Amino acid sequence: MNALLVAEDVKAYYSSSKGLVRAVDGVSVDIDPGDVLGVAGESGCGKSTLSNVLMMNIRPPLSFLGGKVLLDGKQDLAAMGREKVKAQVWGRVITLVPQSALNALVPTRKVGAFIKDVLRYHLKLNAREAWALAEKRFQELGLPVEALTKYPHQLSGGMRQRVVISVVTLLNPKLLIVDEPTSALDVSTQKQVLKMLLHLGAKHIVRAIVFIAHDIAILRQIATRIAIMYAGKVVEVGPMERVFQGPLHPYAYSLIHSVLTPEPEVRERGLSYIAGEPPDLVHPPEGCRFHPRCPRSLPICSREEPPLIGLGEDRFVACHLALGRH
Amino acid sequence: MLKVSDLTEVYTAGFLQRGSVVAVDEANFAVQEGETVSLVGESGSGKTTTAHIILRLLPPTSGKVVFEGRDIWAFKTRKELKGYWHKVHGIFQDPYAAFNPIYKADRILYQVFNLMDRGVRNRRRLVREALEAVKLRPEEVLGRYSHQLSGGQRQRMMVARCYLLKPQLIVADEPVSMVDASGRAGILKLFLELRDLYGTAVVFITHDLGLAYYMSHRILVMHKGRIVEEGAPEKILGDPQHSYTRKLIADIPLIGRKWEDI
Repeated sequence: MNALLVAEDVKAYYSSSKGLVRAVDGVSVDIDPGDVLGVAGESGCGKSTLSNVLMMNIRPPLSFLGGKVLLDGKQDLAAMGREKVKAQVWGRVITLVPQSALNALVPTRKVGAFIKDVLRYHLKLNAREAWALAEKRFQELGLPVEALTKYPHQLSGGMRQRVVISVVTLLNPKLLIVDEPTSALDVSTQKQVLKMLLHLGAKHIVRAIVFIAHDIAILRQIATRIAIMYAGKVVEVGPMERVFQGPLHPYAYSLIHSVLTPEPEVRERGLSYIAGEPPDLVHPPEGCRFHPRCPRSLPICSREEPPLIGLGEDRFVACHLALGRH
Repeated sequence: MLKVSDLTEVYTAGFLQRGSVVAVDEANFAVQEGETVSLVGESGSGKTTTAHIILRLLPPTSGKVVFEGRDIWAFKTRKELKGYWHKVHGIFQDPYAAFNPIYKADRILYQVFNLMDRGVRNRRRLVREALEAVKLRPEEVLGRYSHQLSGGQRQRMMVARCYLLKPQLIVADEPVSMVDASGRAGILKLFLELRDLYGTAVVFITHDLGLAYYMSHRILVMHKGRIVEEGAPEKILGDPQHSYTRKLIADIPLIGRKWEDI
């Protein structure tokens, strides 16, 4: 099966007054049709930057320093440049719901009018056709059609988020990237948004989803695969269930075990967390970037950077200890 | 220690008070010394309004809040009020909003001395000790501005205030919702340590039953301004009575089990 999107050793740095911030520093991921790829990590680990890199939304102060982003195994988006990708790919092939997108609706336009604008621009539909399409899509996704005649402020946060997701997927893109779509919502609305995302996949409106979140418990519910990022690098990738049951990288282990869910087995384990702060990405630590915080670090970890190595069965890890290299 | 009785807050809006919203509807509960009570509910359920009333930031429409036998709205002098804020301390959701960006972040710690007796000496040492108590390295945070600190560091500084003040009651309103999931447990642990060290009682406000489950002796579930259910964490999670509590529990993403209805 051909991968939908493959990122190969991509690097994207921000320029700041202190120097280059290595937000995405040699990341490789692949997304197959049918995947819901969860990308997890702490704030500032480069997850959101990665989402922009995957669709080549590169604008100063962010710059692209190398690597390939292959669409359908042939078209290199990195070589196309932002403007071309924006015209040909965005919305139609790859679409992004950035953080706090629930504020993206125009406050002075009714939702339906906003959608009409979008469709008129992209598909050259007239008002009636646009309305019919919007209505059909809302029904398909279980959204109340009345929402089309409302202003954004009349809708709840969860509803606004679902409306935004339905708008960005109107053109049936192959890949939907969502960045922390549920972090501002409470649990019940969270679940509705997650349900809708799975719906989009089940109805073949989108072929694959990249779901960026810091909350592992949410990813556990919807992701089929997970990529765990730390300090601009991917440290572990694999099928969700397998990584969850037996994480190989110490960071993945700590991240999974810092989840606080009301379950007896989790409570028994007690409160555990990752001490310290993530490193400064202007001057990341030598060797493995996690070694200063790692409870199991070895002498080699501060000298040599562990490569991301495949262990078969779609599992990859970048850790000297897990790879038995000490 | 703290007793809340028939607490009601009605927000009115518009000319001649045409629109009104009942934010808190006859809430009754008490907090014992050293006890952690969680107030759990969705957005708009009245949790934060309750917190603001307990902290004496917002007068209730009706009902009473009694702390150590005194109605908190009956304080007459500035001194009494300061005394109350010394004993009952608030920590809020957005640690960024609590800092004045113009000043260095440690100002937030020195400000607590205004609530204490004039004669407190060795302030600098006390501040360093408080920072160490919340597992921050003083040299990493002192002299910095709030935007140079992470969300976790900022919230830890807010908890450091409690180490200086040693209040009897902390009202913590969503203290970790803006902190990374991986750092939440670390901050919650600080509240548990305060409880063990000084017997500090905590009113812990959250939308996350998971956090409440770890923190509390007792959980109150709030829905549309009313307290609909109350009990020990095991009882609430294991045998919820109210339909709202049941729904709330069903919607929590768990790690041991996948949702079946999604």
